[in-house]
Amino acid sequence: MLGESLTVRDLRICATPPGGEERIIVNDIGFELAPGEVLALIGESGSGKTTIALAMLGYARSGCRIAGGSVQLGDTDILSLNATQTRALRGHRVAYVAQSAAAAFNPSRTLMDQVIEGALIHDVMSRQEARQKAVSLFHDLALPDPEHIGERYPHQISGGQLQRVMAAMALITDPALVILDEPTTALDVTTQIEVLRAFKQVMRERGTTAIYVSHDLAVVAQMADQVLVLQNGETQEHNTTARILEQPAHEYTRSLLAAARPQDHLSPVEGRHGGELLDIHDLQVGYGSRDGQGRPENVVLEHINLHLVRGQALGVIGESGSGKSTLARAVAGLVAPSHGAVQFDRRELSTTLRGRTPDQFRRIQMVFQSADNALNPAHSVQRLLNRPLETYFSLSRRERRARVEELMDLVKLPRDLLDRKPGELSGGQKQRVNLARALAAKPDLILCDEVTSALDTVVGAAILELLVELRRELGVAYLFISHDISTVRSLCDDVMVLYQGECVESGPCQQVLETPRHDYTRRLIGSVPELRQGWLESRPTRNETAAPVT
Amino acid sequence: MSETHAMPHRRQGASQRRASARRMVDGSRLPISAPARRNKPRLKLLRWIGLTLFGFWVLVALFGPLLAPYPMGAFVADEIYGGMSAAHWLGTDYMGRDMLSRMLTGARYTVGLAVVAALLSTLVGAGFGMLTVLLPRWLEEGVRRIFDTLISIPSKMMALVMVSAFGTSIPLLILAAVLSYAPGAFRISHSLATNLATLEYVQVAKTRGEGRFYIAAVEIMPNMIQSVLTDMGMRFVFIVLLLSGMSFLGLGVQPPAADLGSLVRENIGGLSQGALAVIAPALAIGTLTIGANLLIDSLSKSRDTQKE
Repeated sequence: MLGESLTVRDLRICATPPGGEERIIVNDIGFELAPGEVLALIGESGSGKTTIALAMLGYARSGCRIAGGSVQLGDTDILSLNATQTRALRGHRVAYVAQSAAAAFNPSRTLMDQVIEGALIHDVMSRQEARQKAVSLFHDLALPDPEHIGERYPHQISGGQLQRVMAAMALITDPALVILDEPTTALDVTTQIEVLRAFKQVMRERGTTAIYVSHDLAVVAQMADQVLVLQNGETQEHNTTARILEQPAHEYTRSLLAAARPQDHLSPVEGRHGGELLDIHDLQVGYGSRDGQGRPENVVLEHINLHLVRGQALGVIGESGSGKSTLARAVAGLVAPSHGAVQFDRRELSTTLRGRTPDQFRRIQMVFQSADNALNPAHSVQRLLNRPLETYFSLSRRERRARVEELMDLVKLPRDLLDRKPGELSGGQKQRVNLARALAAKPDLILCDEVTSALDTVVGAAILELLVELRRELGVAYLFISHDISTVRSLCDDVMVLYQGECVESGPCQQVLETPRHDYTRRLIGSVPELRQGWLESRPTRNETAAPVT
Repeated sequence: MSETHAMPHRRQGASQRRASARRMVDGSRLPISAPARRNKPRLKLLRWIGLTLFGFWVLVALFGPLLAPYPMGAFVADEIYGGMSAAHWLGTDYMGRDMLSRMLTGARYTVGLAVVAALLSTLVGAGFGMLTVLLPRWLEEGVRRIFDTLISIPSKMMALVMVSAFGTSIPLLILAAVLSYAPGAFRISHSLATNLATLEYVQVAKTRGEGRFYIAAVEIMPNMIQSVLTDMGMRFVFIVLLLSGMSFLGLGVQPPAADLGSLVRENIGGLSQGALAVIAPALAIGTLTIGANLLIDSLSKSRDTQKE
């Protein structure tokens, strides 16, 4: 057993916003972990999960201060160490696995150099031993070609593999405590399951004590022994995983659980289906120079056929790189297809923006994934919503004002937010403004590109609810792009599964998701974590094919 | 393995553990940082220094000639390179003219020319920089190559060639400065705009069917204006130095008028005597450029902290 017990008492962390007064962001956190136990910290963004996790390293982010309490690892009081001692502790007895492995690796050094760096800095073993240890860890983490994968550079392996290499980096010094900060959030479900399995096995074998930070209850159910539910830096509920899942005591825990299963209380409305709206025939989209037959160098999408009637909601699912966003961008006119035709309302839709009529611009609206980037930070909400009204309709100033207020009501935002800039809104509010802007044009078709993915579960569920409601009230059609099957299930009538740029299966949502015919669809559906313990173990292991080299 | 991780325990020792028990409730004594508090007064101070220096020179440029005690070209004293006196606060120059009057009048040329040239070069550079991002690829490349050609000519050389070809005049000096410094502004704003143009709000505007000018002016510009202004400040300083350099070579503003650069050159003979006539305009150029720099730096920094 390598893990050590961890006791946290009365942890309090304060933050000083620029130019503001110091305030408490994490208050009165306490828990105890036996050696080898895993605690999950769960809560929405801003609830202090990561701040607490970083305090286990004796670290507070710039502008923050650990103001009180104690963190006792084995018989070391981490918060009382001086700078030199903390340095010896970090990356040696306490290790950290960050959310985005792609951003955490240095692209100009080989993986092996980076994995063994910690062991060499802390002088716990020779370079030779460290290399051997790393190879055995690669092996345990089920990485392909463990002997030689260390010679590669970070960009040469996939995201899921990189995340596992990062776990190897953390485990190389046999730490007593590992902090996993949303390690699978950026991964596709099909990759996530492999990574989770590898993590779990390695941690069980070594008896590592761990803290697992996540916003996904279903993932937590697989990984953790205890769950601590956080909101606004305070403990809402702390119990064993089984109790949290079965008998949630606190209101907030129950709302988290409900948000994790949106299909339980949301279902696609019976839309007023009308005439044909969008028809895509044998679409091919690609990048790079084209060859003799007009086929681009990198084909992203091929042989796509799609048919959408008024008021219909079509879900497009697939993992990252499957071309689902490209499909939306092609319909929006942002990329020109190299082959195939797109018809909108029985009229040929120009492949480029230049050839489209103002009316076509108005009737097709796109809502992007990240409201942070989709809303111009320099403009106020009022101005953001006003612009489409100015462009598409000739309204008087008063009518515009009334329409903007109507839109705010439609997306359930208070009107006093109109004068704010996007930077002063929360993530959910921003996404609502983003939707309102699309609705301002009175569109017939809204292209939703992963609109709930960047949001917390509870906030995402509320947006989803709004989408369902808007569809019922306004009868708009959605092309809803998502990697999350449960959101598609609760919003869409039909679904299309994309895999490596081709449609592998399509049909009514119910039918495709209940009785999938294609192997990939089955795997995709089977990889979505379920809200019960032991699900991970019950899934059959899949032999990973050789590592893709890009 | 158990050996390796027992090491830090040994290093800590017993005294440490006792100390830790005492500090249990005091919290961490790890280095803490509160950047807001640390930086704020300093930032304000620098801004005020910058504002004072720059503002002073702007005021001098505006009202200096009215305050000058003597006409700029009048020979008022018998003594050349005279020191400070009640009649001549900044002494006299190499021909016995009043130095204070000459500087009060000359600052207008330096500040005015540089402000106009800096504004123009930023307008031209940043304007093209933003618009080219939205143009078709071949046109964008064409414009970029033209600016690249201009940027490869050393600024002083360009100014010298132009002056020797067309003779010196104020519009020509401005043109030379704009041709020298607009390409740099173009490069910077072009690279900023390229990044911004890929952002989703620009794409939203495109799918809304907005025109190029709207996207450049309303969607892109407000988000890069800060960097463009900082860049303009830098260009202002360069242009002051370029124009002063030209005047120093005798090719800038022509006598009897004089900008700060010509004042240094005229009186260079007094350098060996440590004459105030050469030190004062040199100091003036220094304070003007430093003031402009401090002001612009502090402005852009305070915007950053607001954003956080």
